Amino acid sequence: MSLNKPYLDVPGTTIFDAEQSRKGYWLNQFCMSLMKADNRARFKADERAYLDEWPMSEDQKQAVLARDLNRCIALGGNIYFLAKIGATDGRSFQQMAGSMTGMSEEEYREMMIKGGRSVEGNRHLGEDGDAQPHRQPQGAAGRALRAAGAAGRTGRR
Amino acid sequence: MARITASVYTSHVPAIGVAIDHGKTGEPYWQPLFKGYEYSRQWLEDHRPDVIFLVYNDHATAFSLELIPTFAIGCAAEFAPADEGYGPRPVPKVIGHPELASHIAQSVIQDDFDLTIVNRMDVDHGLTVPLSLMCGQPQAWPCPVIPFAVNVVQYPVPSGRRCFQLGQAIGRAVQSYDEPLKVQIWGTGGMSHQLQGPRAGLINAEWDQRFLDRLIADPAGLAQVPHIEYVREAGSEGIELVMWLIARGAMSEHPPRVVHRFYHVPASNTAVGHLILENP
Repeated sequence: MSLNKPYLDVPGTTIFDAEQSRKGYWLNQFCMSLMKADNRARFKADERAYLDEWPMSEDQKQAVLARDLNRCIALGGNIYFLAKIGATDGRSFQQMAGSMTGMSEEEYREMMIKGGRSVEGNRHLGEDGDAQPHRQPQGAAGRALRAAGAAGRTGRR
Repeated sequence: MARITASVYTSHVPAIGVAIDHGKTGEPYWQPLFKGYEYSRQWLEDHRPDVIFLVYNDHATAFSLELIPTFAIGCAAEFAPADEGYGPRPVPKVIGHPELASHIAQSVIQDDFDLTIVNRMDVDHGLTVPLSLMCGQPQAWPCPVIPFAVNVVQYPVPSGRRCFQLGQAIGRAVQSYDEPLKVQIWGTGGMSHQLQGPRAGLINAEWDQRFLDRLIADPAGLAQVPHIEYVREAGSEGIELVMWLIARGAMSEHPPRVVHRFYHVPASNTAVGHLILENP
């Protein structure tokens, strides 16, 4: 019998379960190593060389180099571990969380000051809330992208 | 006989620690939040316990993926503030209470809860931010603290029901300790927040307020809420709220006195909730 995973239909959300943890073991353990000042210095001096000391997949290394936290999470990373990369870069938790939405830092901060993201439309995949896959990326960048896409489609017609 | 006099509940957002450590508490962004804790700091001075039993979660600090204990009780004589990647917070080291901690460990394990005993552990913002919120910036924390770490990082975390029952067992354990200590139990983390993915920034104030209502008046019923409701309604990191049920479970079965209640959005990515309940 398979495991009960009722959390797979929450949009924009990856639950760090045993399967993700197994996939992301070395990615997360690499992140852990950044809790030591010496390691942070070595990583900053040559990121690629430092990453090559770890038995991570090439995809995981590329995601770290690109600071693509959504990709890191898809590859088994957990945000509390990935936060050590942000700490090494001198970024706040808000900057890290915001980076996963596509919003600019100011847009995300403004959303939080106004009371945060609403749960309406964001409980189940298939609804129309702002965290749903068809509405990514969010913010002005996403709006511009979708407008350009729409214009492109019109132009081809 | 030792007794639990009160329970304190609070979020433990790391940015709050940064604001305190860097003297930003008077800034317009932070001022309303810290105002909500002014009463609490006075209350703690007036009701200073002999020991604080502090339920929190480790954020991939003391426990990496090498070792993931569901419930870990700190039995050491002292615990150092951890370097979480920004350097350690400039806060006092945490003095433990090895005698009471060992007593609780033995009692609770005999009561069928399989705790992990930890004799060496650094403590992260999950433990030190609540102390800073309640005590300010003292040279030393006001009393010994027993750290009690709960896994809420790798799913599945313990259920609300299990946490509530564990709290009841901790309550019994404290009562069976011979020395007449006044013990407070603190439950930390939450409230609604999500730190990952395109749904980052989720806040659900209505759900949070109902959680506070039920924590006060119907904790046994609240303990039946399944994980998936926390994730869907309060965000993937809102699951930390199960830890509040440990503290609540350790309280008397008689209705508590609500001496303080506070709620504020936002602190960084998070809704901040805070309660102080005294045993009758």
